[in-house]
Amino acid sequence: MRADVPPCAVEVPGSLREALELLHAEPGRWRPLAGGTDLMVPFAAGRLGDTRFLSLHRLDELRAIEADPEGITFGALVTYTQVRAHPQVRLHLPNLVSSAQVTGAVAIQNRGTLGGNLANGSPAADTPPSLLAYAARVELTGSGGSRWVEYADFHTGYKRNLLAPDELLTRIRVPLPGPGFHFYRKVGTRAAQAVAKVCLAAFARVEDGRVREFRVGLGSLAPVPLRARSVEAAILGRALDDLPLAAAREALQADISPIDDIRSSAGYRRTVAGNVLVRALTGLAAWNVAG
Amino acid sequence: MSAGRMPLRVTVNGCPRTVEVYPMARLLDVLRDELGLPGTKEGCGEGECGACSVIMDGQLVNSCLVPAIQAQGADLRTIEGLAEGGSLNRLQRAFVACNGAQCGFCTPGMVMAAVDLLRRSPGPDEAEVRAGLAGNICRCTGYGKILDAVRQAAGPEERP
Repeated sequence: MRADVPPCAVEVPGSLREALELLHAEPGRWRPLAGGTDLMVPFAAGRLGDTRFLSLHRLDELRAIEADPEGITFGALVTYTQVRAHPQVRLHLPNLVSSAQVTGAVAIQNRGTLGGNLANGSPAADTPPSLLAYAARVELTGSGGSRWVEYADFHTGYKRNLLAPDELLTRIRVPLPGPGFHFYRKVGTRAAQAVAKVCLAAFARVEDGRVREFRVGLGSLAPVPLRARSVEAAILGRALDDLPLAAAREALQADISPIDDIRSSAGYRRTVAGNVLVRALTGLAAWNVAG
Repeated sequence: MSAGRMPLRVTVNGCPRTVEVYPMARLLDVLRDELGLPGTKEGCGEGECGACSVIMDGQLVNSCLVPAIQAQGADLRTIEGLAEGGSLNRLQRAFVACNGAQCGFCTPGMVMAAVDLLRRSPGPDEAEVRAGLAGNICRCTGYGKILDAVRQAAGPEERP
């Protein structure tokens, strides 16, 4: 809905270096703006107040998806549409493709960016669970240089993250998971355009019938997107024909802290998250490398 | 740094235009209020309903979520640009023939989403049609006649 929007300052840097210099000169005074699909809503409603935007749309160096033998690197301005279409992403990271498919619908997917999805920090965002399940890392870049951090450490609290005021999230790196079991499920009001009530992504690597690698990423179940560490510990090393479903479901309840809000209730979220986890583990139990 | 109005140069439905707008003005408002093209509608204003859908540089976008500054130099196509020589185009005729509109408010966005779909996928299957229109909401009625219109427009050319 439109409120009276005050004229506000916008800078359009032509390169990453120029953007970082602006941030460095006045750290904390700029609000980076990527595809606008999140920020334009509160802005147009007058809820962002006096904001100075740093519009990143000219930073073409952040638009590429680059695949190499060890992993895939995404520029922060890669859109969901790019994620959905990229052959190597489709081959190796099916959960991430599923995430992109269920984010908004076509028009949102054409504009929204992967970096924006992470930096915006919504606990209900659709790509974080997949990136957590794939052990992604993120590159944070300031005028002094770049640092890579585990994506699982990036969110430090509701809408808070590791970015310093003079840094931008510039790239996302996902190591190729290799052969394994992939699972992604978002539960929302409808298939398109919905904000998740519950979201769960999982990846498992299996050797000799045992789970040798296992990660679960969760959305809408805590103040931040997070790994289900207790669930992972309960499953790691177990034989596929002896997965402790009830114990994992119980462990999940300790990992999450859902709330009642406009989209769902905490109780519903606890129950459905457990159901989705059991569905994932049942799929894993029935899965084999040949299959 | 631009805080006041700026010249926005765009090509709209094939015509180059320049208007003075605030950099964070919504493309939706620029189209309706500055460019005199009120065919594009505001439904929710939050990117949920698709009523404001237009095609920008070949991609479907929600014009309520695009700041003017990100449309600088863009090639824009709106519902006003579909008719050719005063005649409705094939997709528009199919919406009429199939009664694919009731109150009509969602129709410009539905048609633009269908234009985008049929450009990407000229012979879409049922799932593609539904996915192509999934970001567009009609609150009058069901979607059956709208889907019929898209299927008809995607099918073999009708003979006069």
